[in-house]
Amino acid sequence: MSLIQDIDYGTPASKAERQVTLTIDGVSVTVPEGTSIMRAAMEVGNQIPKLCATDMLDSFGSCRLCLIEIEGRNGTPASCTTPVAEGMIVKTQTERLKQLRKGVMELYISEHPLDCLTCSANGDCELQDMAGAVGLRDVRYGYDGQRHPNPGIDASNPYFTYEPSKCIVCSRCVRACEEVQGTFALTIAGRGFDSVVSPSQEQPFFDSECVSCGACVQACPTATLNEKSVIDIGTPSRAIVTTCAYCGVGCTFKAEMRGDELVRMVPYKDGKANRGHSCVKGRFAYGYATHKDRILNPMIREKITDPWREVSWEEAISYAASEFKRIQAKYGKSSIGGITSSRCTNEETFLVQKLIRAGFGNNNVDTCARVCHSPTGYGLKTTYGTSAGTQDFDSVEESDVIMIIGANPTDGHPVFASRMKKRLREGAKLIILDPRRIDLVRTPHIEADYHLPLRPGTNVAVVTSLAHVIVTEGLVNEQFVRERCDWDEFQDWAEFVAQERHSPEAVEKLSGVPADLIRGAARLYANGGNGAIYYGLGVTEHSQGSTTVMAIANLAMATGNIGRRGVGVNPLRGQNNVQGSCDMGSFPHEVSGYRHVSEDTTRTMFETLWGRPLDEEPGLRIPNMMDAALDGSFKGIYIQGEDILQSDPNTQHMAAGLAAMECVVVQDLFLIETANYAHVFLPGSTFLEKNGTFTNAERRIQMVRKVMAPKNGYEDWEITCMLSNALGYPMHYDHPSQIMDEVAELTPTFAGVSFKKLDELGSVQWPCNEKAPEGTPIMHMNGFVRGKGKFVITEYVATDEKTGPRFPLLLTTGRILSQYNVGAQTRRTANVVWHEEDRLEIHPHDAEQRGVRDGDWIKLSSRAGETTLRALITERVAPGVVYTTFHHPGTQVNVVTTEFSDWATNCPEYKVTAVQVMPSNGPTEWQEEYEELTRQSRRIAEPLVAAE
Amino acid sequence: MSPDRLVYMANQIGKFFEYQKANEVVPGIANHIRKFWDPRMRKAIFDYLDQGGEGLDPPVRKALERLKGEAEGKHRKDALPESSFQGT
Ligand code: SF4
Ligand code: SF4
Ligand code: SF4
Ligand code: FES
Repeated sequence: MSLIQDIDYGTPASKAERQVTLTIDGVSVTVPEGTSIMRAAMEVGNQIPKLCATDMLDSFGSCRLCLIEIEGRNGTPASCTTPVAEGMIVKTQTERLKQLRKGVMELYISEHPLDCLTCSANGDCELQDMAGAVGLRDVRYGYDGQRHPNPGIDASNPYFTYEPSKCIVCSRCVRACEEVQGTFALTIAGRGFDSVVSPSQEQPFFDSECVSCGACVQACPTATLNEKSVIDIGTPSRAIVTTCAYCGVGCTFKAEMRGDELVRMVPYKDGKANRGHSCVKGRFAYGYATHKDRILNPMIREKITDPWREVSWEEAISYAASEFKRIQAKYGKSSIGGITSSRCTNEETFLVQKLIRAGFGNNNVDTCARVCHSPTGYGLKTTYGTSAGTQDFDSVEESDVIMIIGANPTDGHPVFASRMKKRLREGAKLIILDPRRIDLVRTPHIEADYHLPLRPGTNVAVVTSLAHVIVTEGLVNEQFVRERCDWDEFQDWAEFVAQERHSPEAVEKLSGVPADLIRGAARLYANGGNGAIYYGLGVTEHSQGSTTVMAIANLAMATGNIGRRGVGVNPLRGQNNVQGSCDMGSFPHEVSGYRHVSEDTTRTMFETLWGRPLDEEPGLRIPNMMDAALDGSFKGIYIQGEDILQSDPNTQHMAAGLAAMECVVVQDLFLIETANYAHVFLPGSTFLEKNGTFTNAERRIQMVRKVMAPKNGYEDWEITCMLSNALGYPMHYDHPSQIMDEVAELTPTFAGVSFKKLDELGSVQWPCNEKAPEGTPIMHMNGFVRGKGKFVITEYVATDEKTGPRFPLLLTTGRILSQYNVGAQTRRTANVVWHEEDRLEIHPHDAEQRGVRDGDWIKLSSRAGETTLRALITERVAPGVVYTTFHHPGTQVNVVTTEFSDWATNCPEYKVTAVQVMPSNGPTEWQEEYEELTRQSRRIAEPLVAAE
Repeated sequence: MSPDRLVYMANQIGKFFEYQKANEVVPGIANHIRKFWDPRMRKAIFDYLDQGGEGLDPPVRKALERLKGEAEGKHRKDALPESSFQGT
């Protein structure tokens, strides 16, 4: 295996349809109009020397190395900035060009420190390559004319260095930060020989606006911007393409290795989700895979108060199996269950639910999507017929109006946010519904046309009010509705939304959003061309989460914004494989492909292949499992890759539920919080150590490829097989591809999916079957999957979580760019420098009233419990609202969140908790007790100490 | 399982369906509970219904009575009209 060298065409591809034919060095080339001569030459393998051009960026024309001659034209134009023309005759190599190029290179080299042999980019440097390409043999100006006074190295960023003396001022980094990432953190400061790249106001990178996406490092042709890992280890020697295991964008990367050491992750240009870009997490934050906290040996203990005892895999598995069998014999078949993970692969998830349905013989399987996007499944399936977003990411390039509801893409889905920002800079309009002033409200070269800062918990009222304006002002796309939707239901709905109580003026009183903003936003969405809605957990994590999803679906149908490119309804999924874990049948009421367990034909199909009868009754959801545990009817659980104790609401209830069980089996990388209550710990493998697939937010199935052997000995799917075998339900697979074949056999929307196809096509978006052998980028093109689109009445019901004199503020929670979910992975990387702790964001007014200063410790309390953390005073949050993240177990924010949940799916209402904030001088009793418990329960008995 | 929590959940479901078309209200609630509640949860709320079912909103009570009858084999499973709410 060798490195994967992407071809650099020098300039981006032209999207023009008209073709142009020209001749380059005697070879005839046909390319789309608007293509640069440089790219046209590369299309036929003729690489013109270049330094400032690269195909991720628009051409710039500054280095003058790519000169060419064109018959009948004077001069030597730059091939990167000169477009092709019909009949053009181009020469790329003449005496004159050779001399000119040598001259240019001579100048560059004379200014460049010539420590090539010890330079970290030795062998991976375009300046070296070009010196070779132009045949540079001597430099008339000597080598000591270092243009820059050497200001030293900026190593402030944890992952890359900036060494200005090696800079050739090609501006590739500056342009990458602008065009690809959209952060505008870099400029070229100074002029002529004095010019240097400068982060923000000539600050170190770490103090600048830089978000550490690494696009500039990737774009830099020299060692000026270089990964620290390359400096430490050396250049890589082989590469494997795989998929990021962090978020629902699903960026693909070349994992570049030397031996079995990962040198760096380079975003893959052919990746259809990320198109060669990434964020700080995927590119840099993989250090957790080798962190000393990782547990590599199986462990068991009889009681959770005992220290852990390291045992063989055999002993751990047979202990877990015998416990599960014992519990079922004593308390009945339904007394055990399991939880699948949105971090694991589709194949692993599929096996866990298979183990539960066929091996345990019940349907007590649930997944963490319960706490994030289960309302999306319910809402979109009800209205459109499919539990998934309608578009691919590319679609945003054709959107004219982008509406973002309850999502913070620059932090949660950074790479998609960059693509969205690009479209916004091109002129698309932006509407944001969010209680917080998220970054996109105002960011370089982007300003939201409307920001509706609604009170948490009033989504349904506000979205219904948008519909009110659309209906009462005659903005409905009647033709679309008549053709595609149930007309009777539409009429009932239109009558409902038109009621005066849904008018912006009436809704202003409860939502706090000025009526004219609601009116303006509705008109813009309905009239502004292609309207696309993107939403996140700010929509789903409410007692009316499913209702809001349906209200959004109504809006898109009423305006005809569905079923083509540029429009649609798109959930931005949190974890990497939330979509996939739902698709694979992780919910207690449905098998893969969203088919209810009570459907006889479906069950028969599974029973035939699996050789076991399946239960036709739905099983327990996570919160109900805990209720049942406290009740005494649920006694054992197998949890793969999920930290339900930290991520689920009302921690104390969750803890009590887990403590009431007789056998808790946790399969994970670390002794996570849930493991405090575990009896068996099975060490899991990282995404770098396994084969399989993830499905991203655009339904795109992509390969995860093993780049190194599992440090714990087994891939996660193998562990599930061992457990199943020990339980007496044999499972045998040689490779995860066989599991996907089984999925395809049993699931109509996956019928055409196989590893072979994924290897060939790179990725496919389901549905992928006979009707759509290469997948389905855009859903509902010729009608809705359910038949006629269903308009649903969306009555606003205020949450029962209400503020009052004791708890006057509303808490809402979320996450930030550098950390991921409960933080178990990212906290074990250098990303902590950006987020050492969870802070409570509070408006200056509310802070002052309570005598809280920035950085003070405060006590945050609700009806459910209390915790302490430090305050961050900011106007990002409105008065009356406070906000925090949940990345750190010490904070245990979910101690204060309540058990209120979505009416349809029990997705917890994380986004609304009535709280009080008071100055505090130390951790709460619960925090202290919990810390002690954690310390106790992480003890591993001597002499077999866990891998250090 | 605590009846309070189950009553709360059932009424929450009720509050959504109450606003749908009149002929969808009771089937909507009943289907939802049948589709998503584990048998022990349904049994617990049926027991609660037997004890008077205090606090259950009227359409919810009706839906639960239908479901209970169905569970006891008093009428066929498919006797309840299908709901057009096919969400999962
Ligand atoms: S790392 Fe990303 S954000 Fe930071 S300067 Fe480079 S391109 Fe800009
Ligand atoms: S830092 Fe690298 S990319 Fe940026 S101007 Fe210098 S050489 Fe070019
Ligand atoms: S975390 Fe998300 S945006 Fe970042 S690299 Fe991974 S998939 Fe891409
Ligand atoms: S590559 Fe064309 S001018 Fe630099």
